[in-house]
Amino acid sequence: MDEKPKKSKRDFLFTASYTLGAVGIGATIWPLIDQMNPDTSVKALATTEVDLTQIEPGNSITVLWRGKPVFIKRRTQSEIEEAESVNLTELPHPEKDQDRVKKKEWLVMLGVCTHLGCVPLSDKGEYNGWFCPCHGSHYDTSGRIRKGPAPTNMEIPKYEFVNNNTIKIG
Amino acid sequence: MSEKTYVPSTKFGKWFNDRLPLLSLSAHLMEYPTPKNLNYWWTFGGILTFCLASQIVTGIVLGMHYIAHTDMAFNSIEHIMRDVNYGWLLRYIHSNGASMFFLAVYIHIFRSLFYGSYKSPREIIWILGMMIYLLMMATAFMGYVLPWGQMSFWGATVITNLFSAIPLIGDSITTWLWGGYSVDNPTLTRFFSLHYLLPFMILGLVVLHIWALHVPGNNNPIGIDIKKPSKDTVPFHPYITIKDLFALLIFVIIFAGFVFFSPNILGHPDNYIPANPLITPTHIVPEWYLLPFYAILRSVPDKLGGVILLFASIFILFALPWLDRSKVRSAIFRPLYRQFFWILMIDVFVLGYMGAMPAEGTYLLIARIATAYYFVHFLVVLPILSSVEKTEPIPLGISDPVLKT
Repeated sequence: MDEKPKKSKRDFLFTASYTLGAVGIGATIWPLIDQMNPDTSVKALATTEVDLTQIEPGNSITVLWRGKPVFIKRRTQSEIEEAESVNLTELPHPEKDQDRVKKKEWLVMLGVCTHLGCVPLSDKGEYNGWFCPCHGSHYDTSGRIRKGPAPTNMEIPKYEFVNNNTIKIG
Repeated sequence: MSEKTYVPSTKFGKWFNDRLPLLSLSAHLMEYPTPKNLNYWWTFGGILTFCLASQIVTGIVLGMHYIAHTDMAFNSIEHIMRDVNYGWLLRYIHSNGASMFFLAVYIHIFRSLFYGSYKSPREIIWILGMMIYLLMMATAFMGYVLPWGQMSFWGATVITNLFSAIPLIGDSITTWLWGGYSVDNPTLTRFFSLHYLLPFMILGLVVLHIWALHVPGNNNPIGIDIKKPSKDTVPFHPYITIKDLFALLIFVIIFAGFVFFSPNILGHPDNYIPANPLITPTHIVPEWYLLPFYAILRSVPDKLGGVILLFASIFILFALPWLDRSKVRSAIFRPLYRQFFWILMIDVFVLGYMGAMPAEGTYLLIARIATAYYFVHFLVVLPILSSVEKTEPIPLGISDPVLKT
């Protein structure tokens, strides 16, 4: 009874059948799962062009890109200086201001709080940047997290300057 | 079970019952020996069955008029409220019905906590119940998204973002849940599909819950094992059915009070503003029945930590039968547990209140203390009580203390 039975041809057939069966079930389930991922029509709406001429210094606009708000802020000189003068060791998610912008004057970022996805309010909070009303995250003039539950700085989307007055997001 | 074998009285009944023993099943349900000392806290099982049936029936007819599309969902709700015959009534029964369902389930759960109904041999009943509760929360959440108002949209955004806290794969999971890069039309349509499906899964679990209940039989207020059937039991019908019906009547009167006199008092006015992905309402709150968990989420100043604690606060309940090892079930004979039960109850109410308040200053501090206590109750107090508490003597039978004097 204690002796291990020898591996027979039948055991091999069982293992082979179970394996093939598992692969077959997996291949059948995958379309049912993957249909929930973004479809081609959603992916097609991936870029947005924005005209910047109407934005005065100190003002910002919000545009919709991939269903998410993007903040485009024309920063004042003092806001730029404030963002650049911060000591990186004070930051929960250290990033230099210059790494977050293409032109110092323009801050382009996803207006989505990295905590649970609310839209932060501009010119609010303890760091003169943004404040998320949902769970109290404070962001500075570079959109970096300074205080509150959000784990990271607000995300910078892929964008480029088409010319001096137009950017293309995505 | 020790019931007599049922023999149908008619020839056709016998013919049918031999092929599909439905008549035996209904005879079992009617004769089912029930402890004769069950109090009104035991009527909530029946009330909950009514709530589920009511939600399914009103939900199915609302589904005939609702349109799951971001451009039309909000207006289709207004169409139901204004144009559809009795649409206002059906929708108010459905939306207030969710609240009444949770009210009843919380009473049902706290009854189980007080009388130790989750203890051996009823652990599986308890776990099935917790699975039902979890599915109820998922169903209610998705249902709240369907009107596509501001609270719908931002509630959906916040809750789906909970999954983005998962390291490495979090973002892929949220994108998969959304079917896009934010909460949008694909999210709404799948939520509608799942909101229609989950109640039937709940129904299936309810059948298992009752099946598992009928194996050991009901617990009772003094929490002792009883012989069934015996002088300590009564048949389910008519004794319990009539008591359940009376309790249901009172419950439905309160339910109707909400539906007809203050149908919006449990909702949030912001949900009558159409969803706007550019503006977050200044104060997002979930429905009242999820507030304690929301308070736990917000009391942690770390994203992943908050999410872990939120899920832990629910899943810890699954382990309850193994955290509380006291052999005595009913709190009536547990002088210390009895007091901690009430402290836990107050703690949950405090958490609920803090969940509705802004997460700052004193509110946040109180929420943190209450969160800590919630876990202390289950992880420290219960295991310690199991070994140190000196319980009071339990009676040998339900009738004994009465008949002997």
